[in-house]
Amino acid sequence: MTTPAIEEVRAEEGVFEPVARSQWQLFRRRFFRHRGAIISMVVLILLAILCFGAGFIAPYANNQQDLLLGPVSPNAHHWLGTDELGRDQLTRLLYAGQLSLKIGFAVAIISTIVGTMIGAVAGYFGRAADQLLMRLTDLFLLVPAIAILALALEKFGHTDTVIILFLSLLFWMYVARIVRGDVLQLKEKEFIEAARASGASWLRIVVRHIIPNIIGPIMVNVTLGVATAIITESTLSFLGFGVQPPQTSWGNMLSDAEGYVGTSKSYLLYAPGIMILITVLCVNFIGDGLRDAFDPQSEKH
Amino acid sequence: MVAYILRRVLYSIPVILIAALILLWGVRETFDPCAQFRTSRGGQASVERCRKADHLDEPITSQYWSWLTKAVQGDLGQSERTNADVGSTIATAMWYTIQLIFWGVLLSALLAIALGVYSAVRQYSVGDYILTTLSFIGLAMPPFWFGLIAIQFLAVGPKNWFGLDRTIFGFVGLHNGDSTGFDLDYVRHLVLPVLTLTVQSIAEWSRFQRASMLDVMSADYVRTARAKGVRRRDVLVKHALRNALIPLVTVMALDIGGLFGGVIITEKIFAIPGMGRLFLDSLQQGDAPMLVAWTVVTAVFVVLFNLIADILYGVLDPRIRLA
Amino acid sequence: MSDTPLADLTPITAPDVAPLPAGEPLLSVRDLSVSFQTDDGLVKAVDSATFDIMPNQTMGIVGESGSGKTVTSMAILGLLPKSARITGDIVFRGQSLRDLSEKELETVRGKRIAMIFQDALAALNPVHRIGRQIGEAIKVHDDSASKDELRRRAIELLDIVGIPNPTDRVDQYPHEYSGGMRQRAMIAMSIANDPELLIADEPTTALDVTIQAQVLEVIERIQDRTRSAIMLITHDLGVVAGVADRVTVMYAGRQVEVGDVDQIFYEPRHAYTAGLLASLPRLDRRADKHERLHRISGQPPSLIKLPPGCAFGPRCPFADGVCHTERPELVVVGPDHRSACFHADRVADGWRDQ
Repeated sequence: MTTPAIEEVRAEEGVFEPVARSQWQLFRRRFFRHRGAIISMVVLILLAILCFGAGFIAPYANNQQDLLLGPVSPNAHHWLGTDELGRDQLTRLLYAGQLSLKIGFAVAIISTIVGTMIGAVAGYFGRAADQLLMRLTDLFLLVPAIAILALALEKFGHTDTVIILFLSLLFWMYVARIVRGDVLQLKEKEFIEAARASGASWLRIVVRHIIPNIIGPIMVNVTLGVATAIITESTLSFLGFGVQPPQTSWGNMLSDAEGYVGTSKSYLLYAPGIMILITVLCVNFIGDGLRDAFDPQSEKH
Repeated sequence: MVAYILRRVLYSIPVILIAALILLWGVRETFDPCAQFRTSRGGQASVERCRKADHLDEPITSQYWSWLTKAVQGDLGQSERTNADVGSTIATAMWYTIQLIFWGVLLSALLAIALGVYSAVRQYSVGDYILTTLSFIGLAMPPFWFGLIAIQFLAVGPKNWFGLDRTIFGFVGLHNGDSTGFDLDYVRHLVLPVLTLTVQSIAEWSRFQRASMLDVMSADYVRTARAKGVRRRDVLVKHALRNALIPLVTVMALDIGGLFGGVIITEKIFAIPGMGRLFLDSLQQGDAPMLVAWTVVTAVFVVLFNLIADILYGVLDPRIRLA
Repeated sequence: MSDTPLADLTPITAPDVAPLPAGEPLLSVRDLSVSFQTDDGLVKAVDSATFDIMPNQTMGIVGESGSGKTVTSMAILGLLPKSARITGDIVFRGQSLRDLSEKELETVRGKRIAMIFQDALAALNPVHRIGRQIGEAIKVHDDSASKDELRRRAIELLDIVGIPNPTDRVDQYPHEYSGGMRQRAMIAMSIANDPELLIADEPTTALDVTIQAQVLEVIERIQDRTRSAIMLITHDLGVVAGVADRVTVMYAGRQVEVGDVDQIFYEPRHAYTAGLLASLPRLDRRADKHERLHRISGQPPSLIKLPPGCAFGPRCPFADGVCHTERPELVVVGPDHRSACFHADRVADGWRDQ
């Protein structure tokens, strides 16, 4: 909480001894002050290593059934227990992680790239392009996303590729709207006018001037995209629309577990959900750290 | 103001109609209600006959047109799944969903404002950190998982651990047996589904309110109020909160549309026969008339809520109203 | 503007103030220091400010942004955040303001001491009507006032500050007023309870020059009517010249000179004051072909890393060894005229030769 008096005083500081620091250095310094973000990055990296290294780490083969064993509570042989088909939950958990992480990051990256480009163009050129973008996104705000996803998966197959494609298709619009808004604001600033006056082509202006200034919100949106994608994918799988067995995802592990609420096998409920929770939590913390790093005033955390 | 509302409504109509068309096209592309006949005795011929009877062989635009013309006359068709009248099915389902959404929004709004204000006023306190952590967790949790865990630990769990003869909170439907009306039993059944529906909203809105309050509390006019000698509590409520609510209202209204998606999960887990359940059942089988009508009805509600938000925004902020 | 004679304007709150014994200051600030702990270090926003304001006197506080003038005013009213470290004395009518609890301070704010802020658009609540905001200023200190009385009083106040059509305007919102009118509305709000001290923080900075003159005129008229003292904070020497009785010059959180307005303007005894005066463009003299606008070389220092010795030392044309090692205290250089400079005489000579 600052009063204008303090801000008045702070304005003073910049005048004295300007230590030359590039934007990148400033950003790095601020980001690494955010402890939550750093811890989250470490955790996420660990998680990724564990999941993608499942081939080496997992105690059993993926989906290896042991019908004689049946469902067992967590014990020394099966740290997270087994399900009705005797499959080791820990193994499934790790392989499922591969899927969720892959989908999460792929969707975020694709939709951010596409959304940023389209949003920047629409925002910069305005009028027809902008109107088109707005109408399109308005439309898809009304059509239920789950319906589109479910139909697409039904029609094109319940694979992770389809999920990635269609989730990106829906999410880029959200990114584009935000980017468009930022670009609209930026467009009016004087340094853009100056660039135009010096004869820079629109492409150069967009790429060299506008995009570097909105990198902040863009990167924050990437993390939002990852979080949303992971939760949406697990929800879809939980409902039965998502990936089908033998593919494993945290979502469909929970779908199997749903029937066991309140029973002795309820241990099946915890691990996949906790994994989703931890993953998304880390992603959100990183997003928070990024936001702080780009604009320390934004959230007075 | 009236002109503005009219313009918005007029603009929304074609958008809703196009959305319906897209959905109809999507369903028809994906599902074929006549496919079941392929393996019947008639074979392909049965399939053809079935398709002709249901007008499925016509191009999508004429199928849409015939739906539209009947719809404006009030006939939303029959469910391809149950043969029941679409209109009344939706009406019945909507009744349940509206209850969830109503209580959900009420609870979320009140809680979010209270928690957000508390967090802002006691910034950096232990309470603030706890609440912030909880919101982070709430945002990171998939709502369907929260629902399952809630049932496990708040309903079935306590019953087993303490040997109760029934669960503290109901988790099947909104009423026990045939009882209706607003009574303790109803509330018992509401708690878990409403919580599941709103856990993300509460987390998001309370963080938003906290940020909004912090912004406003450092505003010049708050300083002026204090300089006038206005008591701290009045400064907080009459000046700060009053202004901080404005952006929150817009966020809330925009999110309400999302609640219609959220009920899909909630109603499935808690076996509530609302719009969400209806949607899932219809989607599973590709029940086109139901899905299209569902889309239109939901879209109308979303538009309605957005309109309410705009009006509220104008009521709360005179700068917008008189612009 | 209303020409209603003083006697006919009935105040809602009867002035309950006994006149001060002659010669006793209304506000007495002694060695006031305010500092803030920030990530980069300790910011000394105000360092040992000392001055008096007599009843019905106008004290101008002059300085650049960051010189500490606003922080001083906020300290007087106790409006600084909890993180501020304050030392020194602030005595109002013989009572130490720093000893008062928050509740007690609330009775002083807006009633005994009122404040006008710089940017009226930001300083007025955008969602409350002007009438309500003025009424609030009164109601907070007089719970018994009825809605009608409050409204009547608000209209009266708007009229006093020269807002046309006050009966309509009282129901409008701040964004419906022009810049100058908004500032007048703020002034109206501040005098609602006949305060004894009015603190005006850059009241004209955000306004056009012509409007500035009008608003200053309103402030002067108000002062005639209410006989309150004014603490006028500004960076604009022109404003100070027209309105102030006494002037305090601040630099880098420190007081560098204080005296009567004539003394400051005609006999500055600090290089910074002299520099400020010299850099005023003179429209009443022909300029030499090669004459350039005078400016003070260098930049104001960071309040975290102040130079040792005199804060102005690095930029001062008269500075020598002692200026860079010892900090000058405020010493008397004339009747009621003090300057914090080791070489006030050199400044005097230099100025005379101008």
